[in-house]
Amino acid sequence: MIRDGEILAHRQVESTTAHTEVLAVSVRDVLAEIGVDPASAGGQLEAVVVGVGPGPFTGLRVGLAAAHGLAGAWSLPLRGICSLDSLGLRAVRSGVRGEFLAVSDARRREVYWARYAAGSGEPVLVEGPHVSAAADAPACAAVGAGVGLYPEQLRLPHGLHEEAAHWLPDAAEIALLAERPGAPYREPLPLYLRESDAKVPQQMKKAGA
Amino acid sequence: MTSTQSPEGREPLVLGIETSCDETGVGIVRGTQLLANTVSSSMEEHVRFGGVIPEIAARAHLEAFVPTLRRALDTAGVELEDVDAIAVTAGPGLAGALMVGLSSAKGLALASGKPLYGVNHLVAHVGVGLLDDQDGAVQELPPNTGALLVSGGHTEILRVGSLTHDVELLGSTIDDAAGEAYDKTARLLGLGYPGGPAIDKTAADGDAKAFTFPRGLTMPKFVGTAEDPGKHRHNWSFSGLKTAVARAIEQFEKAGKPVPTADIAASFQEAVVDVLTSKAVRAAQEHGITTLLLGGGVAANRRLRELLAERCAAAGIELRVPPIPLCTDNGAMVAALGAQLVADEVGPSALDISADPGQPVQRISV
Ligand SMILES: [Zn+2]
Repeated sequence: MIRDGEILAHRQVESTTAHTEVLAVSVRDVLAEIGVDPASAGGQLEAVVVGVGPGPFTGLRVGLAAAHGLAGAWSLPLRGICSLDSLGLRAVRSGVRGEFLAVSDARRREVYWARYAAGSGEPVLVEGPHVSAAADAPACAAVGAGVGLYPEQLRLPHGLHEEAAHWLPDAAEIALLAERPGAPYREPLPLYLRESDAKVPQQMKKAGA
Repeated sequence: MTSTQSPEGREPLVLGIETSCDETGVGIVRGTQLLANTVSSSMEEHVRFGGVIPEIAARAHLEAFVPTLRRALDTAGVELEDVDAIAVTAGPGLAGALMVGLSSAKGLALASGKPLYGVNHLVAHVGVGLLDDQDGAVQELPPNTGALLVSGGHTEILRVGSLTHDVELLGSTIDDAAGEAYDKTARLLGLGYPGGPAIDKTAADGDAKAFTFPRGLTMPKFVGTAEDPGKHRHNWSFSGLKTAVARAIEQFEKAGKPVPTADIAASFQEAVVDVLTSKAVRAAQEHGITTLLLGGGVAANRRLRELLAERCAAAGIELRVPPIPLCTDNGAMVAALGAQLVADEVGPSALDISADPGQPVQRISV
């Protein structure tokens, strides 16, 4: 929960599998912390912001589905923000300068990455997001959990604390980014970056051939 | 079991959300009165795969959800704030698909301050039997009701003592669902997807006695007797049938002869429908069921309805088949069950409930 660049309330739950269980409860707790009744929050909030990935498909959909439900019931606009932008903001605020990558785990021995330029206190997207092997990402300094996973291929910017190799996107930063004028909004739909890997069965090919 | 004769507007207004397979359904009921049943299907996207692809279904649910909800509210002429409760399928079904509906429902429930009911998809199929009929007459759940549910995702027979408190699974498929067997066989015969209507149509020109395909789990060791029932007395199996069809086709192809598609389709359909209905009617008789409700997408199958009606009549069982748009997966059935739970003062679900892909029928709500 953000107002004028200030974090009023914040929850982050470390679980990669229980999004459906913990998300709505976290939203309820954040509202309770700032004393807002969920049923009347629509009158007090200005927008719902959601990280649209890239990330694991199921978790992305859980977040987006909940966000659509909340925004719909509150009659508020729903804004999407690329989840890697969150890491970009943290890097710039941690003093990273020049161009750098924000990198997250895409599983299947690949990473999601986007290239940013550190502007005046803000990350400016240069390229991406893309999905590729870490070795195929541009050769510049990088932040995010992808660095921890592929230390041979990716390296942190000089002077940045080792923990930046394990950074994960955070809802507070997503909200901070959305609050800025000229925020990098995206459609509130998942950035899958990959097709579903469904295969046409052998028999179908034969019948269709 | 039925709602009392309360004045207009006093009965609970319930929104129901269904995303357990490839239909995104939003339905709205007031008590037992159906106000809206809006369904958006991703079926077209699965055609080239010959079956439902879970990831494609889940993607489609997310995109369809908001427009489907809007259409349902408009059709019913209500707004979300008018609703008394939000019901959603919690399981059984495809995990990724269930999570989209459940997460949307949680967002709606939290932001509107409405109670959330995570309900059982199978029991919801039975719930449509309580919606008022086309003339507006109130239906009641008769004593000794059973339900035969047949679709691409499930095949079950249930005993329903009370929709909100007493549902028991009498039998189910131990491998493929009946609708799945239709899809796979249609694929083998090059008839396209979905297999049910394709095979039903082709079978109309075929000889159902041309081939004798196996009826799964009908051997005495599986069936036993009424007094000493075998392990699979009321269960079905369709995987052997599919293999038998594949072998039959192979023999014609090897011999360089044209495959008698219509005869195979008709004989396959006869095998499915025969074993489905004979086992369902026997289970019903042995559990004192006197009214049987048919549900699931395969309820649209011509031959299934015909033979089931015949066998139910012979056994003195009253057969009820809801209108087909209420038999296939939809949100109205979820709303209908939700309204029964509200009326019976069953408590709502917590905000941290999980989707349960294997939810047993006894867990009517979570
Ligand atoms: Zn179903």
